[in-house]
Amino acid sequence: MNKISATFILNHRQVTAKVALGMVALDYIRNLQKLTGSKQACRTGDCGACSVLLGRHEKGKLIYHAVNSCLLPMAAVHGCHLVTIEGLNTAELNPIQQAVLDNGGVQCGFCSPGFVVAMTAYFLNAQTANLDEFVDAVAGNLCRCSGYMGIKRALRQLLQQYPLNNSENRLQDLIERQILPDYFVAIAPRLAEIPILKTPSNHDAIMVAGGTDLFVQRPQLLAASQLKLLESNQEITLTQQQCRITASTTLETLKNSPLLQSLFPQFKKEMEMIATTPIRQRATVGGNLANASPIADMAIFFLALAAQLELRSLNGETRSVRLQDFFQTYKQIDLQAGEQIAALSFSCPPQPILFSFEKVSKRQYSDIASVNSALFLELEQETIKTAHLSAGGVAAIPLYLAKTCAYLQGKAISNEVVKQAVNIAQTEISPISDQRGSAEYKRLLLRQLIIAHFLKLLPDLLNAEDLL
Amino acid sequence: MSHSDAVLHLRGESIFVDDIVVTPEMLHAFPLVSTIAHGLIKNIDFQAAQALEGVVAIFTAANIAGENQIGNASVGEELLASREVLYVGQPVAIMVAKTPELAKQAAALCQVEYQILEAIFNARIADNKGLHIAPPRTFAVGNVDNAWQDCAVIVEGQTESGAQEHVYFETQIALAYPLENGGLKLLSATQSPSFTQKIIARVLNKPMHLVEVDVLRLGGGFGGKEEQATMWATLAALAADKTQQPVKLALSRSEDMSFTGKRHPYSADFKIGLNAQGKILAYQVKFYQNAGATADLSLAILERTLFHAGGSYFIPNLKATAVSCQTHLPSNTAFRGFGAPQAMFVMEAAIFAAAEKMGLDASVIQQQNLLSEGDYFYYGMKAENARAKASWQQLQQRLTGQQQAIAEFNCTHRLEKKALALMPLCFGIAFTATFLNQASALVHIYTDGSVSISCGAVEMGQGVKNKLIAVAARVLSIAENRIKIESTNTTRIANMSPTAASNGSDLNGQAVLIACQQLLASLKKVAAEALNVTDIDAIRIQQERVYVKDVATDLTWSQLIGKAYMTRTSLSAQAFYATPDIYFDRSKESGNPFAYHVYGCAAVEVTLDCLRGRYQVDKVRIVHDGGQSLDLKVDIGQIEGALVQGLGWLTSEEIIFDDSGHLKTNDLSQYKIPDIYAAPEIEIEFLNSDNPAAVLNSKAVGEPPLMYAIAVYFALAKAVQAFNPDWQTVYDAPFTPEKVLLALYRKI
Ligand SMILES: Cc1cc2nc3c(=O)[nH]c(=O)nc-3n(C[C@H](O)[C@H](O)[C@H](O)COP(=O)(O)OP(=O)(O)OC[C@H]3O[C@@H](n4cnc5c(N)ncnc54)[C@H](O)[C@@H]3O)c2cc1C
Ligand code: FES
Ligand code: FES
Repeated sequence: MNKISATFILNHRQVTAKVALGMVALDYIRNLQKLTGSKQACRTGDCGACSVLLGRHEKGKLIYHAVNSCLLPMAAVHGCHLVTIEGLNTAELNPIQQAVLDNGGVQCGFCSPGFVVAMTAYFLNAQTANLDEFVDAVAGNLCRCSGYMGIKRALRQLLQQYPLNNSENRLQDLIERQILPDYFVAIAPRLAEIPILKTPSNHDAIMVAGGTDLFVQRPQLLAASQLKLLESNQEITLTQQQCRITASTTLETLKNSPLLQSLFPQFKKEMEMIATTPIRQRATVGGNLANASPIADMAIFFLALAAQLELRSLNGETRSVRLQDFFQTYKQIDLQAGEQIAALSFSCPPQPILFSFEKVSKRQYSDIASVNSALFLELEQETIKTAHLSAGGVAAIPLYLAKTCAYLQGKAISNEVVKQAVNIAQTEISPISDQRGSAEYKRLLLRQLIIAHFLKLLPDLLNAEDLL
Repeated sequence: MSHSDAVLHLRGESIFVDDIVVTPEMLHAFPLVSTIAHGLIKNIDFQAAQALEGVVAIFTAANIAGENQIGNASVGEELLASREVLYVGQPVAIMVAKTPELAKQAAALCQVEYQILEAIFNARIADNKGLHIAPPRTFAVGNVDNAWQDCAVIVEGQTESGAQEHVYFETQIALAYPLENGGLKLLSATQSPSFTQKIIARVLNKPMHLVEVDVLRLGGGFGGKEEQATMWATLAALAADKTQQPVKLALSRSEDMSFTGKRHPYSADFKIGLNAQGKILAYQVKFYQNAGATADLSLAILERTLFHAGGSYFIPNLKATAVSCQTHLPSNTAFRGFGAPQAMFVMEAAIFAAAEKMGLDASVIQQQNLLSEGDYFYYGMKAENARAKASWQQLQQRLTGQQQAIAEFNCTHRLEKKALALMPLCFGIAFTATFLNQASALVHIYTDGSVSISCGAVEMGQGVKNKLIAVAARVLSIAENRIKIESTNTTRIANMSPTAASNGSDLNGQAVLIACQQLLASLKKVAAEALNVTDIDAIRIQQERVYVKDVATDLTWSQLIGKAYMTRTSLSAQAFYATPDIYFDRSKESGNPFAYHVYGCAAVEVTLDCLRGRYQVDKVRIVHDGGQSLDLKVDIGQIEGALVQGLGWLTSEEIIFDDSGHLKTNDLSQYKIPDIYAAPEIEIEFLNSDNPAAVLNSKAVGEPPLMYAIAVYFALAKAVQAFNPDWQTVYDAPFTPEKVLLALYRKI
């Protein structure tokens, strides 16, 4: 049986959808429910025209996020409140819609419903009014017509109009401000009544976490396959200098983690360079690693933290593997059939951590890296006690630059040492020319990123001019 | 009262073709396309596809009753390849099945045997082999050959500008319904309803009156649906006609990107000569246009390239030659700017190269050579109401101290560099195919006083509906919400020109204006009779009320319409407009091809991260010669949107084919259009001037501002130079972060 019977609230109505496990929500709402306000313009998670709100109970609270319905498996909708643009409409334009209209943010209109949904999600979640965060909340929405100025004007106006105080009852507040329709009041108790869905586990089933990679790569296959939706259990903990992150933690949860933000001062900014808000809401750490893309950002990030993976077999046995050993050859990983990544952990030395993550892509945001890299340093005075350097986009797998790390070990920081490290790194990589850049470029870029790491972390010990 | 389109869009209630609810009887069509760039079809094995449950029919060129030709402007463009395939993605057969998935599956099951022929993807190589769509054309004035000797500085160089994918958000789509008597109704996302109608009639061997094409709106067009929506509508029509069932054909993003054409890549050689002060004495340029497999609109685009070779400048000796080269890529097509951006990029590159050689800032040369009132363009037209200088000067006032601030920043920042570059603009408005400059409109007033307007303009986000409503509301002096713009439909409007060349509202607005004036004239007569006034000229309608000699009467719009109906006065009007005084003599390459020109100037500021090769376009300041705007919000949006689209062309939008002609950048994860972070802050000022040559003194706005973005390339080049003075400037757009980084660290 690769069908499910998902019960959820679609806008104001409770529905039960008997559909293929792998059907994506966009097809369900457009084709079966004839709710055509959500548009399809890419089906690869890149444009945001298909954005919907997905509301569900998280730690006892009803939380809404904007997600890309083109990559959202129906199996993940059970027990949720799925809100399309139609479910946000009231008799008159709501204040968000009005602001976009008044500021000239609409042209052909194909992207407009998606923007309204993303902006609504910002109001639902933002702690305080902040323009940068508002922009980031809509950065997963592309528009080919407007040049975004109309959208930006609308964002500015809305922030002035509705200063967000850290209200406990945001939902009620938004209903009063008519940003949300009244029926949202009654959703939480209605959701609570939907029984939990048991999906039988199956050895051959394809594991789906966020689905943000699977549904881009293999939508047809998934529509006809056995799927196993991995349970979401997001935990980020620190015990005895060991930081442990469960595999189902989403990248957005990661980004907003106070713990990680305190460990890595640039963390939030760095995470904003990875995918887009709605993708990060779904994409998991486990999926990013298991996917084993040579430019997977989380892989590069955690390789430089010498992370360990905790793998769990179907019958519950666990084993541990170093992340750098996990990646074998192109898209081949050390994972047995039925085995899944349970968690990732790394040891945090006493503060402050010297860590740098760098990523350069054709488009600075919401793009896959041409080359990415991370560096972790532990110093004793000016001598390197430990160094972990990783690089993506320069080999068939996310690469741990073992030789370079070995070289750096025990060296006193100097320009010469950095230059030598850069040279050794060049011997460890084998970039190929592709859409993300020529091999020549990727070599140069990795050189630059390594220099960037050092200049960022140790500006006072190095001479930029000499390194260039 | 009707809502504006924008309101419907924001509520997700506007209908695009894919939103139309289809019945279960609807069949779905999908093309079997060529997987090779050039070859002969030896055999196609359809067996497995035919055997697939749910496949209803398969059609090939052999099933076409009429002509297997879909080219508007030329022959040699087949709907379905009959013998020879010319590019990867060319339809060879059409699968018709009960679901879209089945149709695609069927296509995948077909086995095509080809005899592979040599494929060429580069324009210069095609040129070498004599593969031309048409013989080269040359526009010239003065005598460049004699002028070189007077020049103090001569610089030669080569430029490349890349293809650009339209990424209209709504991908190609059509629905075809069989009607009685052999008729067909098409709901198509096309910028050219009449051409689509004409081609379908031609292919199916039917009179045009049996084919109705209706267009409600497009989710973006940008030129990509001017010629290239026809293929999909015609395939759907063929399938519907043959099966006598409704048929839908919709392309996914990656199919759309792989099967359809793009902005033409150009390669060019330039030679520019100046006197010691920087006055341009001579400019010679040769353009190699990569047309792709067939002519499509390439020759018209090439012509516009020639018209804009000289940019915004007066150059006494100029010789521009252009040739359209045939390659084995999907046929390149119209894209906002229509060959002009490619031409202006070369002109600006030449100026930049000259400035470099002379040790000047390019702006010094730009400013000295701007067109003046009364100058003659090299194609024989006189510059009237020339505002190149006025916009340049007004912009300068906003740049005071800016260059100085940038110089200081660059002195104090080793790893970051800023730069500012300017782009003056002059863009001719009219279809250069003179006969296309015509439009008609049909206006009805219903007995409740509400108004319905049909015309040839297709709404695709450019706001033409808003503008037409503004025209009608102004002429009739009624509230805008009384007016509705109908879908664009070939049964209401015959023989319409495509909505293109920025002049959809110019042409159709004039037609609407004339129709409304006709109605107004008869309504005044009705009012005069009703009010017993003999002097009709004393009657005026203002804000839905009749005035006599500036005195308000009790007669309202609604009452007046009621009286008109009761007195058996026609409440419908049809009007026609043809742009006056335009002509072009191709034997002399001279004439008056444009109704007028749009001018303006932009200043683009960038910041470059010299460690990583990343950059940000910080700010763009624009002075734009927009006439008296019919809708300021629309015009501002067009300028902002065009600018950012142009910025994409010059920065992150890189089209990459592999060696066998397969598109590698075939989805939005590979092909990067600007996102909100890539978009700069844009500040626009208008030159408040009249434009007697267009409706109610307005000016066309759709295409010209795209070319402001050309300054992005040169700002980046300056920033690179500030970091690496050794860099040998190259002119190779887009200036991707890759090229920037390599330039920053290139040692000669
Ligand atoms: C628009 C867009 C932008 C993106 N941008 C980026 C980017 O900037 N950087 C980047 O690195 N990636 C990016 N991605 C790629 C990708 O979505 C992410 O790597 C994401 O983290 C994958 O996680 P997921 O949970 O969605 O994986 P899924 O799609 O659910 O699964 C991916 C693979 O991992 C397997 N899997 C999932 N969880 C586990 C587990 N716990 N144990 C074992 N196997 C598992 C699945 O079976 C599948 O094979 C982007 C994707 C999209 C659509
Ligand atoms: S359709 Fe583009 S993100 Fe879903
Ligand atoms: S308005 Fe057309 S894509 Fe945004």
